[in-house]
Amino acid sequence: MASPRTLFAKIWDGHTVRAATPETPAVLYIDLHLVHEVTSPQAFTELRRRGLTVRCPDQTIATMDHSTPTTPRQRDGSYRIGDALAAAQLTQLAQNCAEFGVPLLELGHDLQGIVHVIGPEQGLTQPGMTIVCGDSHTSTHGAFGALAFGIGSSEVGYVLATQCLLQQRPKTMEIRVDGRLQPGVTAKDISLAIIAQIGTGGGTGHVVEYTGSAICALSMEERMTICNMSIEAGARAGLVAPDETTFAYLEGRPAAPRGEAWQRAVRGWRELASDAGATYDAVVQIDAGTLSPMITYGTNPAMGMPVDGTVPDPDQVADPARRASLRKALDYMGLEGGRPLLGQPVDVVFVGSCTNSRISDLRLAARASAGRRVASGVRLLVVPGSQPVKRQAEAEGLREIFEAAGAEWREAGCSMCIAMNGDQLAPGQYAVSTSNRNFEGRQGKGGRTFLASPLTAVASAVSGHVADARRLAGGECRKRGVA
Amino acid sequence: MNRITSFTARVVVLPIANIDTDQIIPARFLKVTDRAGLGAGLFADWRYAPDGAPDPEFVLNQPAARGAEVLLAGDNFGCGSSREHAPWALPGWGFRAVISTFFADIFRNNSLHNGLLPVTVTAGVHQSLQQQLQRQPEAAVTVDLASQTLTLPDGTSVTFPIDPFARHCLLHGVDQLGFLLGAEPAIRDYEAAHPPRIGTFAVRSGAAS
Ligand code: SF4
Repeated sequence: MASPRTLFAKIWDGHTVRAATPETPAVLYIDLHLVHEVTSPQAFTELRRRGLTVRCPDQTIATMDHSTPTTPRQRDGSYRIGDALAAAQLTQLAQNCAEFGVPLLELGHDLQGIVHVIGPEQGLTQPGMTIVCGDSHTSTHGAFGALAFGIGSSEVGYVLATQCLLQQRPKTMEIRVDGRLQPGVTAKDISLAIIAQIGTGGGTGHVVEYTGSAICALSMEERMTICNMSIEAGARAGLVAPDETTFAYLEGRPAAPRGEAWQRAVRGWRELASDAGATYDAVVQIDAGTLSPMITYGTNPAMGMPVDGTVPDPDQVADPARRASLRKALDYMGLEGGRPLLGQPVDVVFVGSCTNSRISDLRLAARASAGRRVASGVRLLVVPGSQPVKRQAEAEGLREIFEAAGAEWREAGCSMCIAMNGDQLAPGQYAVSTSNRNFEGRQGKGGRTFLASPLTAVASAVSGHVADARRLAGGECRKRGVA
Repeated sequence: MNRITSFTARVVVLPIANIDTDQIIPARFLKVTDRAGLGAGLFADWRYAPDGAPDPEFVLNQPAARGAEVLLAGDNFGCGSSREHAPWALPGWGFRAVISTFFADIFRNNSLHNGLLPVTVTAGVHQSLQQQLQRQPEAAVTVDLASQTLTLPDGTSVTFPIDPFARHCLLHGVDQLGFLLGAEPAIRDYEAAHPPRIGTFAVRSGAAS
């Protein structure tokens, strides 16, 4: 009898074109390659230089998201791109896609959006696939039980040319989250708690599989939030076994199989879950019932704590290297150890990014905004992850709720997650952000980021300072967070 | 790809832990379509004062850094974004190797594609090297890829791990894309046995059925 295999092993084995030898890594086949404007130009240049073509254009799709403006469009529906460098990069992507025959969801296309939002939305992301993109948050797609990971631009070129990558087999880690979340605690909080526990390097060299009753209970969009943040713990990829929730989400999506093919696909997908008795190289256990809404106080995503907690005091940290790193982070953040974050004034609140810009995130944010006003002096930006998310939110009346609260309603894109498009913090400003990285300068040079869930973000926007959504009057937190 | 064997060079010491790729090269420098010139953006937020002038306090701007080819960084180097611009910017400035106790996966992999050597050492070696360089800032280290050794200024040698295939490629000038293209028959066989799982054109045209 074959020995029990993990979900990861089944996907890996099913995509091995040529097995590894002692001298050479495995050749791994890639089913779907997602492309965006920032990490692909050098790859297309290399193809051109060598006279190569794109091997499988029909397994490749490009979008424009990182450096695109999200400010409202002009009256004729077109975008004004003020930044000449960004404009050149977008033009280059359009030229590359035209020349190499790659389908592109360009700015203005009604499906354009953040690369990790559009794949699942269109049903391109399916269980059992291998998916890559020149972007570290490709781990998002693992929520469907696909092996999805970020690659560099050289490898973008390899996949364009050969549809394959050279890969050393990673190790596996199970992160088991059991129990029930308390009211007001969301998928984002699970992620931030995991990263705070295992550190930014805790998952290095591993593909993580999230298991346990708390993970099974999550919606697809919540699972995407969790898998998205896997890279912040250093993991190569994050996976959730496909189940009825996955199939229900996918059924009827534009690129999903139909009819007889759908039935056949689902039968295959049911076989993917890790076999009973399969083992992992490492195991981490988390009790969901003990988790609080989380917030980061420092300059990497592992510097996180419960929103009503106390910022650690460097003087209390025994290890000198950790003490130095915490002190440097708090200096940058302009914070003092040993104090709470609740009440810390904020300048900007950003709801968006491939972590938290899907319709359920916007519903949650709208519920916390409804009937309230953004505090004076605070900017709340709400940036939908894609054009379809934007249309859906408008159809549901969410836009009115945000605008009535005084928030800015934007076009789809990465926006202030990476601050390449003009949406950015000024030096010294504080932001509560639903994105995934609080590195120094990530949201603008000198900007200071607190990462949190959409609920915490909006509670802070309406309070004018870091706030605990559970204490907002009205009680939208009584229900567990997400629609 | 140029071959790499061994080189001896002076070291810039930047003993900060958790340097992420946003620090190595901030996102505003990514609005480029080629890989040239990225050295100017290396560590930009630390390197330049708000008015754009080089900050004389920052180690890369000090005269002693000139000509150095090895970076000694703190623990956990290169986490975060997959931007290959990071291992383009480091050699763009002149670095050929980075020494740390730990490298993030994607950064390490990207570096090896660009002839930048990630040299992983133990905390003890890291500390000792830092102390030696404190005493003798002008001292050099030798990085030898063939024997996978790092020789410290005091003459002690330690080995460092490196992916064997990447090492082979760097030593012999093997180009990984060329190697993959050589797998064409196996790729064709795989594709014959596994029809594509997806079609992206249909999505673009809105004609997906
Ligand atoms: S939203 Fe942020 S993390 Fe996600 S793809 Fe865009 S820049 Fe990267």
